Amino acid sequence: MPCFHATVRVGLRSSVLDPAGEAVCAAAQRLGHGAIQSIRIGKAIEIRLDAPDEATARQQLESLSAKLLANPVMETWSLELHSRED
Amino acid sequence: MHVGVVVFPGANCDRDVGWALAGCLGWRVTFLWHQDATVPKLDALVLPGGFSYGDYLRCGAIASSAPLLGAVADFAASGGPVLGICNGFQVLTEAGLLPGGLIRNRGLHFICQDQTVQVASCRSPWLRHFAVGHSLTLPIAHGEGCYHIDPPGLRQLEDHDQIALRYLDNPNGSVGRIAGVSNKTGNVLGLMPHPERACDQATGGTDGQVLFRGLVNWMGLS
Repeated sequence: MPCFHATVRVGLRSSVLDPAGEAVCAAAQRLGHGAIQSIRIGKAIEIRLDAPDEATARQQLESLSAKLLANPVMETWSLELHSRED
Repeated sequence: MHVGVVVFPGANCDRDVGWALAGCLGWRVTFLWHQDATVPKLDALVLPGGFSYGDYLRCGAIASSAPLLGAVADFAASGGPVLGICNGFQVLTEAGLLPGGLIRNRGLHFICQDQTVQVASCRSPWLRHFAVGHSLTLPIAHGEGCYHIDPPGLRQLEDHDQIALRYLDNPNGSVGRIAGVSNKTGNVLGLMPHPERACDQATGGTDGQVLFRGLVNWMGLS
């Protein structure tokens, strides 16, 4: 069965305060990067999975992202399905 | 009273809850392992504080899919009183048994202090002993206790009288100064403060004990 490689990016909703991002932004500005307007911190989750085809892989990853990897109350997510290794 | 206390790997307040309920109140306590899929006959369930599964991914996220959570959901659906404290509150929101979610404190600091909170609703069995507006002093100890819910969700909480406790000075930036919420039927309650740490005068107060006694009153027991 082919193996797929995917990245799920999870971030706080734009309406949710990100104090860690604000702290990093303040540090960046202290270092002279005055042009930086804002920084938001999220996470990238790298996944490898076996699936018979790309559609099935995508369906499984979307279900996983919505159910476990992100909490829709305060987070959004996006899926990149990179490659297929036979 | 026979109370089940859920034990997750990484929880660190399960023994404290056990001590408060058995030692201070004389109740029977059964510890429930996270991998069990069933629970014995119980009067109430408590999900304690700590760092379940290392709080990887998000606080309470992995615990919310533990085998025992299915039994917790069934117990809650049958009307059984369920209390989630701190990480237990986070687990209950992640499991969808309580609305909203808990995120990083606004000031980024881990806050560990006695906190004055006000009873906003006494419809939950745990808060029956109190009048609305009553102030309690309970310890808080969390890094991710900032309660978040979107504006329509907040209106729903208010409409259904689901806001249980509010901070007086909002130490973590919670929406609506919310320190605790209940589900629509009122039998599931989540709190960021730790009532089990306020059950003995020797450790700083007994307001937490009054909260637990509210449950006895609600059940018509003595």
